[in-house]
Amino acid sequence: MTDVTAQPEVTAQPVVLRVANISKEYRLGQGLFGRVGGAKKSLKALDGVDLELRRGEVLALVGESGSGKSTLAKILVGAVNQTGGEIQESGLAQGADRKQRSRHVQMVFQDPYSSLNPRINVGSMLAGLLRLHRLVPRGEVRAESIRLLNRVGLQEDVLHAYPSQFSGGQRQRLAIARALAVRPQVLVADEPVSALDVSIQATILELFRSLQDELGLSILFIAHNLAVVQHLSQRVAVMYLGRIVEVADTAEIFSNPRHPYTRALIDSIPRMSADSFTDPFEITGEPPSPVDLPSGCRFHPRCPIATERCRTEDPVLSLVGPGHTSACLLAEELPPYGGVPALKEEE
Amino acid sequence: MSEEPLLSVRNLSLGVRRKGGPTTVIVDDISFDVAEGQRFGIVGESGSGKSMTLRAIANLLPGGVKVLSGTIKYRGDDLGTMPAKSRRRLAGPEIAMIFQEPMTALNPVMRVGEQIAESPRRHLGLSRAAAMDLAIDMMRKTGIPDPARRARAYPHELSGGLRQRIMIAMALSCSPKLLLCDEPTTALDVTVQHQVLRLLEQLCEDSGTALVFVTHDLGVVNQTCRDLAVMYAGEIVERGQVKNVFSGPRHPYTKGLLDSAPDFDKPDRKLAAIPGFPPNLADRGDGCPFQPRCPFAVEQCATSRPRLEQVLPGREAACFETARIFEGATA
Repeated sequence: MTDVTAQPEVTAQPVVLRVANISKEYRLGQGLFGRVGGAKKSLKALDGVDLELRRGEVLALVGESGSGKSTLAKILVGAVNQTGGEIQESGLAQGADRKQRSRHVQMVFQDPYSSLNPRINVGSMLAGLLRLHRLVPRGEVRAESIRLLNRVGLQEDVLHAYPSQFSGGQRQRLAIARALAVRPQVLVADEPVSALDVSIQATILELFRSLQDELGLSILFIAHNLAVVQHLSQRVAVMYLGRIVEVADTAEIFSNPRHPYTRALIDSIPRMSADSFTDPFEITGEPPSPVDLPSGCRFHPRCPIATERCRTEDPVLSLVGPGHTSACLLAEELPPYGGVPALKEEE
Repeated sequence: MSEEPLLSVRNLSLGVRRKGGPTTVIVDDISFDVAEGQRFGIVGESGSGKSMTLRAIANLLPGGVKVLSGTIKYRGDDLGTMPAKSRRRLAGPEIAMIFQEPMTALNPVMRVGEQIAESPRRHLGLSRAAAMDLAIDMMRKTGIPDPARRARAYPHELSGGLRQRIMIAMALSCSPKLLLCDEPTTALDVTVQHQVLRLLEQLCEDSGTALVFVTHDLGVVNQTCRDLAVMYAGEIVERGQVKNVFSGPRHPYTKGLLDSAPDFDKPDRKLAAIPGFPPNLADRGDGCPFQPRCPFAVEQCATSRPRLEQVLPGREAACFETARIFEGATA
């Protein structure tokens, strides 16, 4: 299997960002008709999420649409306020204001076409940030902008260009340069490569890896493509319907998943060089609505191994191995996993 | 090929003509056949012309895009010269299409059951009640729970996965012989994608339907198709059986694509991006369109364009240096 020693050692690193029991509820029916109608419902986008991001690691957050991964990202950068729970950031006092927090955690969005202001050229975009946060003396703003551009693989001559003059991959580089301008400790990247063509994806993934290696940046990498996740991250957290259901080191989670949802995700990957599992661990249906959460384990309606107990008891995230947690009552009883199937020798 | 293929595309070129300006060729002289029951994938990145090729077959080219030359024949009949009425008669019972975005492809003000029943009523002459029974039966076959109730829903009331199943039910309602799929699972979550691909495979198997499957996802094409064509800058640059192309690419672009995509079964492989950018289609040179980005390029590549030629039985590539690429791939 994967050579774990090849991955940068991060287990011993201090925690730079800790999310404790974060929840986010959206009340429904507060509009005109709701007020008339009465019955109040709420949508639980996040329901008690605990997560730690360590210094210098890439932690992947995976899950299907509606699982709450983007909501968590927005809370981390302060774009949305949580309903409950708290975020602790190392080196940042409690009650720090938005500006201070924004220097700590920066975000890169999925769509590089809508996340850059089309009317501001690259030079002004970076200079504005550098001046606002007084990061460098006025005279050095231009030099610092060029340094940032070089850092993401762009040249000085783009300073006067506008976003529309760039391709998708280059725009994503600009978005990363903008995030790096304030020298954050944490980068939250929400599906940063899923809008890009395959041949461009690789260059942006390489850039993230070099930021991690050279700047010691901690990256929360939100993605749905597990092949990408496996390639880039050291640890993986799997989300389902507003909860984290499994966390482990990358090699461990892919070779020894201890939650049936993770198993199903892995078995759903369209394989490039191997046939699918002959006996895939398949789940049926789609995630239920976060407005009407199922009783007991929220995965039980789709789970092929669910028992009576799963219908009534809500499992909590608990340790199933070194650094490996899973929220499944049957974590120990999950049928043996064939692992990644052996590659067929080419004929 | 002794028998008449189901679909035969010959020397097809598509272009965009701007007022007073020159014509930009976006699909350049491509040919391929699809036999009955065959599953044929077309892989390429944005702008490679894969979706336009599919739309040309379905007669759904957007305004401004014109067929410049070439023919598209279905069972020997030229779709381009066929009267519009006969062509419409094919849509449904012979040729059907599934789009990427099920929200925009469904009628938002019509119940989904009626949308599925529309085609069987028109083409198979079924009564309203019989067509609705068929629609509900198709919905059941595509794995929609409680189909009788769901048939009365409007598209906005359904999730993305259910909507895509409705599209599949609609496309397959008249048992077409040829199904055109334009990235049908790109908008779906991975577990739902898995379900939908399995469903397509099983339904096509059962009814002997041929597939033309356009995608950018190499894993998806490996799971759904036996044969594939790789498109770059409006041309087919390589063609063959999926497993042979993936295990030993004969065109540098195919090799680049395979090297740049993370492969779940080879986690330690280093990704290598293709340097440079796709060419500007309005400004085609004389040489190979991939030449500026190609690590294998020789002098000849800048001045003359390689044609798609057989390099092995069942394998074609449009490259002067195909032997060297094959060595490079296996080394």
